[in-house]
Order: sequence, then structure tokens, then C-alpha cells
Amino acid sequence: MKLDVLYFAWLRERIGCARETVETEATTVSGLVEELRAREERYTLAFSDLASLRVAIDQELRDFDAPLDGAREIAFFPPMTGG
Amino acid sequence: MFDIRVQGAPFDYGHECARFAGGRSDTGAIVTFCGIVRGDGALETMEIEHYPGMTERALRQIAKEAARRWALGGIMIIHRFGQLVPGEQIMMVATASAHRADAFAAADFLMDYLKSRAPFWKKEMRKDGTSWVAAKASDEDALMRW
Repeated sequence: MKLDVLYFAWLRERIGCARETVETEATTVSGLVEELRAREERYTLAFSDLASLRVAIDQELRDFDAPLDGAREIAFFPPMTGG
Repeated sequence: MFDIRVQGAPFDYGHECARFAGGRSDTGAIVTFCGIVRGDGALETMEIEHYPGMTERALRQIAKEAARRWALGGIMIIHRFGQLVPGEQIMMVATASAHRADAFAAADFLMDYLKSRAPFWKKEMRKDGTSWVAAKASDEDALMRW
């Protein structure tokens, strides 16, 4: 399955890109995170503490154990600071 | 009912308030709030990043939830992104209702949700370095009130 994966704020800076297409076998967000962590050290470091990260599937906030079925766009980012 | 804008350009707070308040015959109360980049002598610029697409969607969901909870005649949200300097207006909300209690509560609710449920991130460029603004536990706790 092909997914657009987006990164924001310090996560974007640590990984060094804002958006990439990822070919994945994962069925959940956590599975996708495991695959990304295994890629390169910058991903391992960026995803070292999931409690400090949030995830959105197709622009809706979800949990890390959410399924990926039918998803097109996954975004990872730190807790939001609007207002 | 909803006027929601996400923009890089500055907005004219006075003009927006007047426009929002104008032409309403069934409204008894308007509450407006404006957030400003707070300077402290060391802050040079603040950069606001957002997630185009999700931002508009999240703001609309927050506004819809406010309209479900209170009797409102209108909701306006303007939120900027990009580079801002101390003193500049970051965002505003406005609510209109028949009575002030609903307008105040809805504006308060919108602000609490905007803080931690709308995909914006702030980065501060300070005299002594650059850092991302961390979310506060108190911002998350504030949602428990509702």
C-alpha cells in the first residue's frame, strides 16, 4: 500500500523532509512507525517517544493503534500549539 | 453561520469586529477575542506552521461543536500563519448570540480547543536561539472543563 506521509514542526526538521510517499505493509499506525524506525537513525530518533507525538489519518486526529485500511495521508506532529 | 479563515496576511481587528456585529437583528450579545504575539524583550519573531487542509477542517469541526452546545447566531475564526513579530495579531474569534452567557462560553470553548486541537505549531526566534513552543499540560487540562 502506498501512503503520503507528512511531518510537521520539529519532527519535520529532525527527519529532514515535510512529505514523502511510503510503500508499507503495515496495518496500523504503530506498524507504520515501526517500519519507519527501522529505516534510518533519523527516524529512530524522531519517533523515539510516541507520547510526545500525535497522528492524523486523512486529516483526522487518531490514536497510534488506529488501522490504516483505506488511508491515503498520514501526518505525524508534536502536540499542537494554536491560539 | 461560520466564517473561518486561515491566512498569512494580517487582518484588521476593528473592521472584522464591526463587520461581524453589523446587520444582526436577533443578536443581543457579541463576544470577540484577539490573540497577540506577546513580546518579552528577547523574542524577535514567531513563526506559525500549520497543516493546510486539516487546519480548516479542524476549525470547522470545533465551530460546529460550539454551535451544537450553545445557541449562536454566528461564529468567526481567523488564524494566521507565517512569520509574526511581537505586537502582531495572531488570531481572533467572535461569537454572536441572543444572550451574553452563550456568547462568552462559546468564545472560551473555541479558544480552549483552538489551542490544542487545531494543527498549528509555534516556533520562537529569540535573541539567544530558536525553539518550538511546547504544548502545556494546562492547555490539555482546559479541555476537561467542557
